Parts: sequence; C-alpha cells; structure tokens
Amino acid sequence: MSDTSKTPILEVKELGIDFGGLTAVNDLNLQIYDREIVGLIGPNGAGKTTVFNLLTKVYKPTRGQILFEGRDTAGQTVVGMNRAGIARTFQNIRLFDKLTVLDNVRTGYHNSVRYSPFTAVLRLPSYYAREREIEGKSRELLKIMELDQYTDVTAGNLPYGAQRRLEIARALATGPKLLLLDEPAAGMNPQETENLMQMIRFIRDHFGIAILLIEHDMQLVMGICERITVLNYGMMLAEGTPEEIRSNPAVIKAYLGE
Amino acid sequence: MRFLSYLMSGLGLGSVYAIIALGYTMVYGIAKMLNFAHGDIIMIGAYVSFFALTRFGLPVLAAVPAAMAVCTVLGVLIERMAYKPLRQATSLSVLITAIGVSYFLQNAAQILWSSSTKVFPAVISNGALQLGELSISYLTLVTILTCVVVMVCLTLFINHTKTGSAMRACAEDKGAAMLMGINVNRIISLTFAIGSALAAIAAILLCASYPQVFPTLGSMPGIKAFTAAVFGGIGSIPGAFVGGLLLGIIEILSRAYISTQLSDAIVFGVLVVVLLIKPTGILGRKLSEKV
Repeated sequence: MSDTSKTPILEVKELGIDFGGLTAVNDLNLQIYDREIVGLIGPNGAGKTTVFNLLTKVYKPTRGQILFEGRDTAGQTVVGMNRAGIARTFQNIRLFDKLTVLDNVRTGYHNSVRYSPFTAVLRLPSYYAREREIEGKSRELLKIMELDQYTDVTAGNLPYGAQRRLEIARALATGPKLLLLDEPAAGMNPQETENLMQMIRFIRDHFGIAILLIEHDMQLVMGICERITVLNYGMMLAEGTPEEIRSNPAVIKAYLGE
Repeated sequence: MRFLSYLMSGLGLGSVYAIIALGYTMVYGIAKMLNFAHGDIIMIGAYVSFFALTRFGLPVLAAVPAAMAVCTVLGVLIERMAYKPLRQATSLSVLITAIGVSYFLQNAAQILWSSSTKVFPAVISNGALQLGELSISYLTLVTILTCVVVMVCLTLFINHTKTGSAMRACAEDKGAAMLMGINVNRIISLTFAIGSALAAIAAILLCASYPQVFPTLGSMPGIKAFTAAVFGGIGSIPGAFVGGLLLGIIEILSRAYISTQLSDAIVFGVLVVVLLIKPTGILGRKLSEKV
C-alpha cells in the first residue's frame, strides 16, 4: 500500500460527468502517489477513457474535483493540464503520421524549452542553441525508448509496436509528472507485452513519475500495478492491490457475468 | 528567344502568385479554412507601402518592413476577432465570415482612401539584365529571387524548427497537439502572421509591376493565388510554390500566344482540368480517414 501520510500527486474527488441524460462516470475517487503505477480496469464501455479525457480536460466534469499536486484544476485548459504535468497516450494511436519520429518527439518538447517570438524571428544564437538542445534531448529519449533506429522514419510507416512506444516517448517529452497510458499493450503479442512491462517500470524509475494506465491485458495489469481501480458502468466497483482485486467477488462477477 | 522571355515574365508573375498562395495554403493546412480576405490583406499592404513611399518618403527597404508589420498585425487581429470565435462552427460559417471580412476591408479602404486609383511610384529601376539576346527585367529578377528566398526560409522554418514541427502537428491533429501542450491558438495566430507578412511582400512586388493602387486590387490576384494553391494541392507548401509558378507561366503564355482576353479563362480552365484528373492538386496528399 502507498504511503498515505504524503499528499497524492493526483487526487480525484467524487468526479462525475453526464452526456445529456447519460451518466458516463459517477462518484469516482482516486489517489495516485508519486512514483506509483496504478491500473484502471473495467469492462468495455465502463468509462475508462472518459476518465482520461476528464483528467486532461478534454471533457469538463459535471461534478467533483480533480486536484493535481494539491491544487484544484477547475478552469484549466487542455494545454494548461499538460503544462501542469499530465501527459497521455491514446487508445487508437494518434501520432503525427506525416512527421518523422524525431519531429513527433520534438513537438512534445514544444513547451519545455522556450524562446520568445522575437528570438525566433531574429534567429539569435540562443535560438539555435535551444533548437540543438531540443534535438539532443529528443534523440536521447528515442534511445531510451529503443526507437533510435527509426529517427528519420515517418511515424505513419513505423511498425505497430514502435508506434505505441513513440506515443509514450512523445508524451514523456512534455515532461510529465503523471503519465496516462491508454491501453499501451493493445494489439501486442505476449513477448512485446513483456518488454512493454519492463519499459513502463523503467520509465517510472528513470523519470521518477507516476503512471496511471488503462489496460485489458491482465497479465500486464497484475504484473506491474501497485494498486488497481475497477470501473463498471462509470462507477467504482473496487479498489485495491492486484491480489485484492483478483479475489474480489464483485470484480469477478462484472468480468465473467454470473 | 521570345518564348524564353515570356517564360521569364511568366515565372515573375508566378512568383507573386506563389507568395500569395503560401498564405492561403498555410492557413488552410493549419486552420482548415479558406481565408478569402487574404487578397484584401495584399490591398492593405499596397496602400501602406504606397503611403510609406510617397507621404512619408521612406526608401523601399523601409517600406517593405512597414507594410509587413501592418499586415501581420492586421492578419492576426482579423483571425482573433472574426475567425477565432468560430473555431467550433461549421466551415461554411467561417467561409462566409471570411467573405464578409473581405468586403469589410475593401469598403474600409474606399472610405479611408477613396475609390480613385493611386499611382504607385517606381520602386525597382527599369533596366534589364542582358544575357545574349534574352533580356530579363530587374523587376522580374527581384521578384523571382524574393520568391525563392521566401520558399527556402519557410521550408527551413517548417521542417527544422520546433515551432515548425508544432505547426505540422497542428495541421495533422489539433486535439493530440493540444494534449502535447502545444498552444493551438498561438500556432494559428502565427500562421496568419506569416501569411499576412508574405501578402505584404507580394503587394509591393505586384505594385511594382502593375503600379496602380485601388480598394479592390487584391481580389483578382487573391483569386488567382487561391487557384494556384488548389492547383498545387491546397495545404501543401511546395504545392503552392509549384502551382503559383505554373499558373503565372500559363497566364503569360496564353496571353502571348492565344488571346489576351481569354488568358484568365484559360487559367481557370486549366484548374478545372487538373482537378478533374487529380482532385487533390498536383502535390496534394490524399485525405486518409482516421480510424
């Protein structure tokens, strides 16, 4: 169990969203602590991706609060949330297909390195220095994610597994404190999933960040998550360690039917 | 030899179209809208440089940045005030708003500066470069050279800078770009700024060849450049370049060899044919559906 004496990096309180008359997520409570890997699971349509969209402010919540690093995020924009330190990947890969692998990662660094439009227009030396800095960092990140052999390949032409890794690299480039992974193992074979698990652990340790992941692959979820939250019909069904979740009768019922 | 000199003046005219077409194509690529007021930004640029040169007696090299500055501010203002509130609206509303902005600018110019035509002072000396029998006017040379410099700078900027990557990212998927922390509104503003600054450059080059300034001066070059952008594949920067040059050459050659009156009809006829054969334009990419 996590150290409850610390403030969680992310704290979700009674979060809910309605689409018209449909309640997609209701009364969700969630805490994620620093350097923790937390799983969000549930049957199809349970509202998992909706939770990600709420956390990144793509959707505005109808009810409840999202506290990030202890601060209320009400009124934050999508870009603001990313700058605050939440980055994500997508269930259906949304890379910039026509950009090279390197450029995809560079877009991620867009915020972390700044220069004024004035510097950019006048092409001052500091401008070139910063551009080089971004390129250096991007290449380093590609190496970590085992994508360095694809640097100049157009993202749309990458093998599937590499596309998934590139999405993670691009999200990491934005310098997050919390990384949201939406079905990172979808479509991967057991060997690739195994590699991915090691990579997720490595990312947590190397970048010192917290990770919240949505996943259907139980081997992965049970293997790397320290805590798991189960959603069903937009409601929290259970919360606990992998062992607790595995033996929870309500979870078994939701997954297997009667 | 005569053909070669026609070709050169075609390239000259085409260079102006290409510079204007870049504004259309960049805005389309990133904001996914047709900015039909783009031609009128050229008109404003022409007036600003006219007054800079005559009333304030500035040298050409000072009039160019002055016009660029005014057009940049104007372009960004138009985007903020007229188009930004319609970000979620249907593309038809945005298109009609753009046409409205176009009329607004033309009428504002008429009220401010009257509808009478003003004569633009000569900015580039009348001479010509002699290459054997072929003579190329300095104006044509300057125009072509400007276009090449603009293209090279823009390509380097788009392909080799962080901001350029961000622009290409926005062109592909604004939602994902936002989630990667890219301020999409700022990128759109920047696109309008670049397009409008280029329109100012085009204005001066245009007025140097056709030295008349009047409130609707931007309409025809605007439509032609839009045609050039579609011709080359709207949304594509090299496409705007190729489309602009080809359009200029076709226009001059048909004026020279077929008919002066029919040259515009031929230009637009070529567009129709190209779109029939290749609907995405010469260098346009096929739109692929996202699953």
